[in-house]
Amino acid sequence: MTTNFLALVYLISGCLFILGLKGLTSPATARRGNYLAMGGMALAILATLKSPAVSGLGIIIPAVIIGAAIGAVVAKRIQMTAMPQLVAALHSFVGLAAVLVAIGTYLNREAAGALNGVLMGELAVGAVIGAITFTGSLVAFAKLQALVSGAPVNFNGQHWLNLGLAIFILILSVDFVVNNHFVSLVFLTLLAFALGVLLIIPIGGADMPVVISMLNSYSGWAAAATGFTLGNHLLIITGALVGSSGAILSYIMCRAMNRGFISVILGGFGASEEEEGEGSATRAAVEKGANSAGVEDAAFWMQSARNVIVVPGYGMAVAQAQHALKELTQALEAAGAQVKFAIHPVAGRMPGHMNVLLAEADIPYDQVVEMDEINHEFATADVALVVGANDVTNPAAREDSSSPIYGMPILDVHKAKQVFVIKRSLRPGYAGIENTLYYMDNCSMVFGDANEVCEGLGSAVREAG
Amino acid sequence: MSETMVAVYVFVLACFIGYWVVWGVTPALHTPLISLTNAISGIIVIGALLVAGFEMGGFAEGSLGFIAVLLATINIVGGFMVTQRMLAMFKKKR
Repeated sequence: MTTNFLALVYLISGCLFILGLKGLTSPATARRGNYLAMGGMALAILATLKSPAVSGLGIIIPAVIIGAAIGAVVAKRIQMTAMPQLVAALHSFVGLAAVLVAIGTYLNREAAGALNGVLMGELAVGAVIGAITFTGSLVAFAKLQALVSGAPVNFNGQHWLNLGLAIFILILSVDFVVNNHFVSLVFLTLLAFALGVLLIIPIGGADMPVVISMLNSYSGWAAAATGFTLGNHLLIITGALVGSSGAILSYIMCRAMNRGFISVILGGFGASEEEEGEGSATRAAVEKGANSAGVEDAAFWMQSARNVIVVPGYGMAVAQAQHALKELTQALEAAGAQVKFAIHPVAGRMPGHMNVLLAEADIPYDQVVEMDEINHEFATADVALVVGANDVTNPAAREDSSSPIYGMPILDVHKAKQVFVIKRSLRPGYAGIENTLYYMDNCSMVFGDANEVCEGLGSAVREAG
Repeated sequence: MSETMVAVYVFVLACFIGYWVVWGVTPALHTPLISLTNAISGIIVIGALLVAGFEMGGFAEGSLGFIAVLLATINIVGGFMVTQRMLAMFKKKR
């Protein structure tokens, strides 16, 4: 296979990747997009294997077989609520692969006597981005999987330490490029591993949508950097696509929280989430002037409602309440109501998390509406049902200029005729701020586990109907 | 124009394409977008194959290549399959 032919195949693969992403413009074309991207990948791999640069398949075939088997089993078994963890784990693999390819390429080029300054600079960049992606993603995985606490880890001089590490990595990179010290490459990689950990530990659990998007972006830049070292344009194109995709998602997530990207990265926002018992929750609610309602009361209201808007949040994912919510939706529709779901961009632990969970529960995607499109409909809704969402429904973000979340776009839940909030307690949400929604006259708290309450509501509405 | 300059051209133009294509993606599919970009960033497997399949490579290069191919393949297969699984769940109202 000639070099030009190989380049042509890579170009076709790159185009198929672009068309694949383009397919995600709508759920109707998304599956075709995924197939196109698969085709692009298959072409690229087959062409590479046929190229003269790959001399033997001895160790390649077993690696591919084992890798494919692991990937397939994980993809089939993974729970949809665990998608954020899976994605974090997969990002870490891209990062580590980039590190290994950088070091392996150095050894190969050294053996072939084909080293030069530009190449070595690119190798160092690839190793650093790959290493940060690897350990950063591992920390994100550990936080999402609750192997470590999701609370931010802060200590004095944290940012200075990071800056110091970054400067040290830079010095080692220069030494590697100028003096061809392999040991410097190894050391700078190890320091970048440490930097990856330090960069992610100060970021709190509910900022995870930004972290996931950011690491998604890094994994792309790591692939692009590898493309530069290998002079491979397909890797550069793909890396650029993935990198800009992650960057855009990070931007969308930050905008939806009304926070600067830098402030999220510096971290320290959001305490750990503990819940108090349900009995004391009701008492506290009364003391503080919030209304609380039983499941039966809420069901009574809901069965006569014409327009119901459900607002799911991370609490729905934790309680796995999406299936019970589907049952409730069917019961309400049988009683003659129109039910819609309102999605805030940062609901859940990763972009689009709620949409996937609702789709898993067989809720049609045309019933699931984004914030900007549905916000004007709350004013005409009979009931808004908030399931495990908190800060994204806080009217203080609009009205109270002294509130830390002032200016954050919210769902206008409070404009509905009646609001029910399913929650374990009145405890403030992730931002640590009282939700003024809970003390409004048209709002009642339904205390309990989201899944149990939704099941209860569903059967109560069905029996009444 | 040097090889590196050509690569920079390709990189910058691809960033622009990525920018426009990704802004068109519906927010409902942002999770599949992440898993699909994850799968295609497994393209790093090409670099891994070149390391693993290098003619003059010794044991060290072979081991590095083996692990890199393995990791990238997990990414590719896992990423595409889980994207497929998610997309299959998105249905319109009957």
